[in-house]
Amino acid sequence: MGGVHPHDSKISRECAIEPLPLAPVVYISVAQHIGAPSVPVVAVGDKVKVGQVIAEPGGFVSAFIHSSVSGTVKSIGPRADLAGRPSIHIEIEVEGDEWLEGIDTSDKLITELPEDNKATIEKIRLGGVVGLGGATFPTHVKLSPPPGSKCERVIINGCECEPYLTSDFRTLLEKGEQVVVGAAILKKVMGDVPCTIAIEENKPEAIAHIQEVIAKLGYQGIEVMPMKMRYPQGGEKQLIDAVMHRQVGSGALPISVGAVVQNVATALAVYDAVQKGRPIVDNSVTVTGECFPKQANLLVRVGTPLKYIVDYLGGVPADAAKIISGGPMMGRAVANLDAATVKGTGALLFLTEQQTRRAPEGNCIRCGKCADACPMGLEPFLLNKLSRNGDVEALEANAAQDCIECGCCLYSCPAHIPLLDIIRQGKGAVLGAIRARAAAAKAAAEAAKAAAEADKK
Amino acid sequence: MVKTILLIVAVITVLGLLLALVLYLVAQKFKVEEDPRIDEVEKAMPGANCGGCGFAGCRAFAEAAVKAPNLDNNYCPVGGNEVMAKVAAILGQEVKAKAPEVAVVRCNGNCEARPRVNDYDGMASCQVKAALYSGDTGCAFGCLGCGDCVDACQFGALSMDPATGLPVGDEEKCTACGACAKACPKHIIEIRPKGPRGMKVFVSCVNKDKGPVARKACANACIGCGICEKTCTHAAIKVDSFLAYIDPALCKLCRECEAVCPTGAIHGLNFPKALDKEAIKARIKARSEGNTPSVAKNKADAPSGASPSEAK
Repeated sequence: MGGVHPHDSKISRECAIEPLPLAPVVYISVAQHIGAPSVPVVAVGDKVKVGQVIAEPGGFVSAFIHSSVSGTVKSIGPRADLAGRPSIHIEIEVEGDEWLEGIDTSDKLITELPEDNKATIEKIRLGGVVGLGGATFPTHVKLSPPPGSKCERVIINGCECEPYLTSDFRTLLEKGEQVVVGAAILKKVMGDVPCTIAIEENKPEAIAHIQEVIAKLGYQGIEVMPMKMRYPQGGEKQLIDAVMHRQVGSGALPISVGAVVQNVATALAVYDAVQKGRPIVDNSVTVTGECFPKQANLLVRVGTPLKYIVDYLGGVPADAAKIISGGPMMGRAVANLDAATVKGTGALLFLTEQQTRRAPEGNCIRCGKCADACPMGLEPFLLNKLSRNGDVEALEANAAQDCIECGCCLYSCPAHIPLLDIIRQGKGAVLGAIRARAAAAKAAAEAAKAAAEADKK
Repeated sequence: MVKTILLIVAVITVLGLLLALVLYLVAQKFKVEEDPRIDEVEKAMPGANCGGCGFAGCRAFAEAAVKAPNLDNNYCPVGGNEVMAKVAAILGQEVKAKAPEVAVVRCNGNCEARPRVNDYDGMASCQVKAALYSGDTGCAFGCLGCGDCVDACQFGALSMDPATGLPVGDEEKCTACGACAKACPKHIIEIRPKGPRGMKVFVSCVNKDKGPVARKACANACIGCGICEKTCTHAAIKVDSFLAYIDPALCKLCRECEAVCPTGAIHGLNFPKALDKEAIKARIKARSEGNTPSVAKNKADAPSGASPSEAK
């Protein structure tokens, strides 16, 4: 359902992933995943090695954070992130590249899967693995489905449906074996269910390569499924619909229809964490844009300042008007280049004034293109009106909370109405109302419980 | 001919009377008892339906006021004490007089003091802008300048000053309904007591960053140095997370904090005289050296030592 077909603009597809030289100093955020921020466990002046834990989870939905470099902790304190908002960062001065003992940094492929599933999930947790498709949801939480729900299929998401991005594509080509082993681990952990690696048709080399790798490694029950090109094919709920023909209900999790979706980069991180004992300390970042002279796919250590990456490739081009972290559809404009990368940073995109200029907003002509384009089956024109009026009840009744903020409505609107910007406000209000209701219900239940106990006494 | 006319008149009259009887009986049967005082109270209200009292409109306020046992939690900020006295008379209740209040913009990061570090080309709405990022200046707390507060004001009391990029309040028109304070995603606008003859001192900044960070983002920012807190002899100023706040109930309008503030983040409004920094600094110095002239006695700057809570 829905979706749009922007030009794929994958101009960096031929650039092999190359490691970026170490920056002189890195800033590692403790809030780079969905959930509670992690709690720093190092002090200023401590010496750390690559892969050493520097922050521990601040709750169940949270993640370990590891040092991506070896050196000395210089400071721990607030620093502006990509959006310019202050959050706690751990500053580490780089003094070399000394890895923690016990981490296997060789290229040797380990294909034997570990026996104990619980130990595997614990290794994934200790490796600080989070969903690298963009949402950065802690992977171990996703792999521990609530009691009563059963996983029927693991889907490895290699769609990379956003224009410009090529890091997953290059990962599939260059680290295909590791990704497939990672997929096999995930498949085994979820109870030896079938596994689908979904790749969009605009990456025929990747599809052929992964099919070859699966045949070579001889895993049973893993298949490659070529997907039609469409944005947002790689959205979690959209992908489940395309692969399994099942629709995830409003407010429900994918596990409710028996699906677990993991990104290609996450599968690689799972392989590293489980087979090599190597936590997430780096991720591949696409640096691209028509106005950028040197396209690249870089392997970047977590916490590297963006400015260092850009300077390495020759600096900001003169005609670049906007720098976007992520793809052009869902990415966010970078407010300051001093910000550092996080685990979920997938791309840096340079766009010119002409590419980013917004046309003046017109009146809604009620053409319905936004409703056709919405992959969640919502009515953006209606949500726009309700959101402007602040009608939270009606917004909830029309499922504004299901908006995945893919931007298809805004992309397709001939009147250039900033639909996404406005609907995001409404969605925030609805989620706030839902949270307030849940909190009130919880408080009421606790009060009732306390009263019952008082009665007993 | 005449007969026909008379017949028609008679039929219509009888029909009218019958229908009137039906209507009367139905009205008696389904009569809704309503306190007549609700209408009276509503008539006494300003009729702006602004929602400043916390109710959906003047009618809703009237219903709530009639129902409530006392008027402690119901106050019309637009009508002020005058209207509330009328309402209290109708309901036969007491109402405590409240000091008149006014909206105060607590950001003075003008274009010179707070340079732009990036260009924002999205939708012209503070709510949208705040949801996206920290704003187009280095200060993550300050005014975003898209004018949501101006749109929210029903009384035309706010306008954007193109020279500073900040909203300016018109104290004559402001009714302290609080719509602007609610609309501002950065919570910059505060509803404060108007003060005697409009005089008030407040910290015109909400930046909670550490001093150097705040100073780098904006030359006029409160850097949390605490000099004002140390200087204040009325314990009216508290510095919390690198931001000073002046409690209007304790402030005696001596303007010493304003004189010592190194960044000019503390503003005094509507004082008859311009601030004489040197004189005040000399006074503070003299006091710290031992001979303590009482602050309240200095009538040049502190009018009759009145605090806003004591004012009418």
